Amino acid sequence: MSGARDQVARLLALVPYIQARSDVSLEQAAKDFGVRPAQIVKDLNVLWFCGLPGLGMGDLIDVDMEALEGEGVIRVSNVDYLSRPLRLGSSEASALIVALRTLREGGDESVRPVVDRVLGKLEAAAGEAASLAAQVEVQLSPDEAELGRLRKELAAAAQERRAVRIDYYVPARDESTERTVDPLRVVTAEGHAYLDAWCRLAEDQRLFRLDRINRAEVLDETFRPHRDVRPRDLAHGLFQPSPDDTLVTLLLEPGARWVAEYYPVESAEEAGEDRLRVRLLVGDPGWLTRLMLRLGGAARVEGPAHLADQVRRAATAALEAYRPRSGE
Amino acid sequence: MAARKSERLLNLLITLLVARSYVTKERIREVVEQYRDSTDDAFEKMFERDKEELRSLGVPLEVGHLDRAFEDEPGYRIERSAFELPEIDLTPEEAAVVGLAARVWQHAGLASATSTALVKLKAAGVDVDRTALDVVQPQISVAEPCFGAFWDATVTRTPVRFDYRPAAATEPAQRHLQPWGVVSYRGRWYVVGLDTDRDAERMFRLSRVTGPVLASGRPGSFEVPEGTNVHALARSLAPDRPSRTARLRVRPGAALGLRRHAQFSDGDPAADGWDLLEVPFARADAMADEVLGYGADVVVEEPPELRELVVDRLRAAAGARP
Repeated sequence: MSGARDQVARLLALVPYIQARSDVSLEQAAKDFGVRPAQIVKDLNVLWFCGLPGLGMGDLIDVDMEALEGEGVIRVSNVDYLSRPLRLGSSEASALIVALRTLREGGDESVRPVVDRVLGKLEAAAGEAASLAAQVEVQLSPDEAELGRLRKELAAAAQERRAVRIDYYVPARDESTERTVDPLRVVTAEGHAYLDAWCRLAEDQRLFRLDRINRAEVLDETFRPHRDVRPRDLAHGLFQPSPDDTLVTLLLEPGARWVAEYYPVESAEEAGEDRLRVRLLVGDPGWLTRLMLRLGGAARVEGPAHLADQVRRAATAALEAYRPRSGE
Repeated sequence: MAARKSERLLNLLITLLVARSYVTKERIREVVEQYRDSTDDAFEKMFERDKEELRSLGVPLEVGHLDRAFEDEPGYRIERSAFELPEIDLTPEEAAVVGLAARVWQHAGLASATSTALVKLKAAGVDVDRTALDVVQPQISVAEPCFGAFWDATVTRTPVRFDYRPAAATEPAQRHLQPWGVVSYRGRWYVVGLDTDRDAERMFRLSRVTGPVLASGRPGSFEVPEGTNVHALARSLAPDRPSRTARLRVRPGAALGLRRHAQFSDGDPAADGWDLLEVPFARADAMADEVLGYGADVVVEEPPELRELVVDRLRAAAGARP
């Protein structure tokens, strides 16, 4: 991490940005660059000491500090040689081009011709940097178009505070239930879009994964704002430990060591013969059972005993079905 | 101090950008204040680091000789045409579409790369308004933690090594790959490239990569063969293209996830009230993973290989003692 590197990158865009516009407010610049105004001021202070090689004071870049402090307007001069931004890097050009192509495939048909024009101009301007985009292929999942519509519909319902009736599939219990929810917002985390909502069935705040909503109907009925419900903080991941979670100890054979990297574990220690002993917090015993059945003999529950029993019972019950049927 | 270093980097950049020809190291030291005030050793170190920093920003810093006849004095320059973003003129409607594109990536690294591109377009005079259009916006989701590493390796053409497990109960094995491209298919991410252990084109599902993705060579140390069509290659290598069919008995109302992929379902005449499902699959071990997740609600009838795999894992899970 280099603060200087980031600052120089920003300045190389900031200087032409200011020159391309007649009067730029400090506030607008901060917004466009996604930083605080104080940061832009710091950046401008660096410019003050830069300029053409040589020793003459007249060759330094001029920042109108009076205008900045007085009216909050940015003006720079004596810097014609930095009137264009730096070229797009491969990662930047490709990320944007792939995003545009996705917009073309999964967005409204009305934007397609516009997207095509943008792609043409952008590919021309990016030159070689755009070539990487050919190495990235995003095929939207078949339901993405539908998810896009659902996202839009639910976001609008949240905005208008209208209740929504949804038919929702819960894989942990392998069942679908119908419920009415008060939508709060649509969020994306860990690769999936979720509806953050007050669930009237559970009488609690819940997250619903959009691709598990089989059907959604926005009702005419409105709801009053939930003042006591805060939007979920998803900065630390979706699955935050809850006081109801059970601490489970697993012994992982070499074939199942990946579990320790795939799921958040509280602790992991070597247990000899390349085995690993991990402790993890489990909210849903059904989830643990499914994981253990999939892993077969490659992992076992060391504790608590009732969960180990539950896994054994589930496996035994499933095995029953493989016995020769009576009469055969 | 960051500000002092920023000044130095920017002054170095301006010196090389405005120069008409290559500038010698000696001259650079004379005109950039902080270099001038440093000892020989400190200057050498600083100058090497600074060149790398500028290059890492994408600044095309070239090395060449002042005079072709006397190749003893190397110099440095930044060619303006390679440095500057060419003219790009977008209508307000087109600029609004670019603003929409900035919200497509649901991945911190790629979202940030898109934002940087957007900032550069703004610097080129484009006014991007993110709120102008009311249209359906698709998103690209990335759930796999290793995606960023494979993207970077693809961008920089860096060979990588990583541990890979084909299914839940399989021990991961280390693989070596020259990544040619990343592909998303049915909401899952894959990387395609040359598997240098097998000397063959291969495709890996990112969710089955365990542990870190590490460089196993220098950036730029391989070329993607000319004419490689990542999309076509991915289609031909698709490991998950279902080629076989499992016949399953399923408890009524259960296993909705499997029912979604089923090609055929019907009541099972032989088993009171259960349903009969035919579900296409590619790999027996991965299919066993899915079936086992439903416990006693799903029973494999055919093929025998899948049935045995499921029974073996159930026996192991049933017999395990704490």
